[in-house]
Amino acid sequence: MSELLKQIATCIEFGKVNQASPYPPQMRGQEGADELTRKALEEGIAPAQILEEGLVSAMAVVGQKFSENKIFVPQMLLSAKAMNAAMVHLKKFFSSGEVTKKGTVIMGTVMGDLHDIGKNLCAMMIEGSGYEVIDLGVDVKPEQFAEKLKEHPGACIGVSALLTTTMVNIELVVKAVRAVDPACKVIVGGAPLNTDFAKKVGADFYGRDPQADIDYLHSLSA
Amino acid sequence: MNSKQNLAEVLNHRQGAKIPIDFGGSSVTGVHVFTVEKLRAYYGLPWRPVRVIEPYQMLGEVDSELVDAVGIDVLPMMGRSTILGTVNEGWREFKTFWGQTVLVSADFGPKYDDNGDLLSYPEGDISVEPSARMPKSGYFFDAIERETPPFDDSNPNVEDNLEEFGAISDQDLAHFKSLADGLRGSGKGVLGSFGGTALGDIALVPGMSLKHPKGIRGIAEWYMSTLTRSDYIMELFERQTDIAIENLKKIHSVVGDVADAAFTCGTDFGTQNSLFCDADTFSFLYKPYYKKVNDWIHSNTNWKTFKHSCGAVFPLIAEFIDAGFDIVNPVQINADGMDPKKLKETYGDRITFWGGGIDTQKILPYGTPEEVREHVLRQCEIFGKNGGFVFNAVHNVQANVPIENFGAALEAVKEFNGEK
Repeated sequence: MSELLKQIATCIEFGKVNQASPYPPQMRGQEGADELTRKALEEGIAPAQILEEGLVSAMAVVGQKFSENKIFVPQMLLSAKAMNAAMVHLKKFFSSGEVTKKGTVIMGTVMGDLHDIGKNLCAMMIEGSGYEVIDLGVDVKPEQFAEKLKEHPGACIGVSALLTTTMVNIELVVKAVRAVDPACKVIVGGAPLNTDFAKKVGADFYGRDPQADIDYLHSLSA
Repeated sequence: MNSKQNLAEVLNHRQGAKIPIDFGGSSVTGVHVFTVEKLRAYYGLPWRPVRVIEPYQMLGEVDSELVDAVGIDVLPMMGRSTILGTVNEGWREFKTFWGQTVLVSADFGPKYDDNGDLLSYPEGDISVEPSARMPKSGYFFDAIERETPPFDDSNPNVEDNLEEFGAISDQDLAHFKSLADGLRGSGKGVLGSFGGTALGDIALVPGMSLKHPKGIRGIAEWYMSTLTRSDYIMELFERQTDIAIENLKKIHSVVGDVADAAFTCGTDFGTQNSLFCDADTFSFLYKPYYKKVNDWIHSNTNWKTFKHSCGAVFPLIAEFIDAGFDIVNPVQINADGMDPKKLKETYGDRITFWGGGIDTQKILPYGTPEEVREHVLRQCEIFGKNGGFVFNAVHNVQANVPIENFGAALEAVKEFNGEK
């Protein structure tokens, strides 16, 4: 891996967004994910290589450290922010087809539920792992998931609930998207959920944290 | 021994005559208004519209009839203003999305958006942007993150995040005095929610009570700021705690020993399976300020200090104790590492578990009444030994709880206490 890509990966792992950002203190004044990604493109490094070796590899480390309780939500948010700063420069290569996504995930919180911190973290991590994320936001009705699936055949669904009062609506999402595509994979997450619940409502996977979701998505394309 | 005396024994880690019960004592130990109505019916009380005393989470008033019917030991002492910036007065009837007629304050709501969701406005002022939304398929509100002036890192102004933490008004002080006068001699335990002492509570960060919030008001931005702007946050906490202590001096002068405990802080440090920060960060960023408030309370009042934090906080409980907290709530026994036996054995002689009496993610909403009974008896057995346990669920009891299960939980505590 080139030194530049290693530097980008380090910036993303530790949440160094750009040169102006004061965090982390030990990298103060140094270039961040923003400047270094631009520099990598100027040096002619392929966008796909930047994505894979600079962003995806770093986010895998972040996801693993979060799973192991070595870092926490604030650090993960900063890593995602640094990743987004890098991604700004790579976006145009997705639309041109020069960089391909590993898959598409349609995400949202379930109908009635406005709590989206967990969903947002998962969305950021999944995007940083090379997938296209279509974020439908909060309080998403089952038919909204279904309609979006029609526009993106083969996409996975990621739906979350924080509340015991809203988790029951996940079953409606599963039914709605399976009516569009019986083979559609549905990932569920959120504090009160577990694997038994996922099975009960007919979902394919319960992700206890973002890295679990990513590992599952990777397994689908393996 | 009355409820108040019994609670004092329990909070001082002496075996009380019975395990005290709290439902309705605070905004984190309450009952959804729909469940309050069902509970009244369960205990054979006549129908009446229940007051929504905490509109953000739509918590219902556990009134004196229900307190007597259930055998509740702890009563609330809450401020007149709510987290939404509404004021609990001018009660009027209101029909909820779930078809219940309740009583809400005059400034509740009152508008709906194009989706049919209910919007809440700070101080009921519909000329400004709404600050909270209840989805029409939901049971309570969540904050709307409003546009704020850009945060100027080159010239941060801590006043921006202090707007809601000002000196207590004479009106609010009179309210607490009036409550204290009414509760004095009730023989019940009292949990005071005086406000102003919660440090970085993510429910408060968006400033739902403010018409034009400034400073750091985004939830993700706040969490990141705990790392990137720690100097600003510590200055904020320093200023906030100084103001809070001045307020507590005044409040104590009118409330005195009517309150048995002060709900000091509701900041969540845990998630279902992890933390929001490690012990070192807690110790550096939060503990000095918690300690300042808790030390003042212990030096000047007889109140115990009450810390709420959801989630898998086992690794932080030693820090809570060191920061001067006497009570931890809601004791989320279904989160990672929150094994009741281990909690009691490790910390039970130093902190009171106010909660953890029943799991609210699985057993209470989805178990059978018999499963609920067995679970509650087991929790009482574990947590109740040598005092240090107040029976409450893991956080507020929600709208979807089968009332037979809630009733079974309450009756199981009475069974454990030898009252039936």
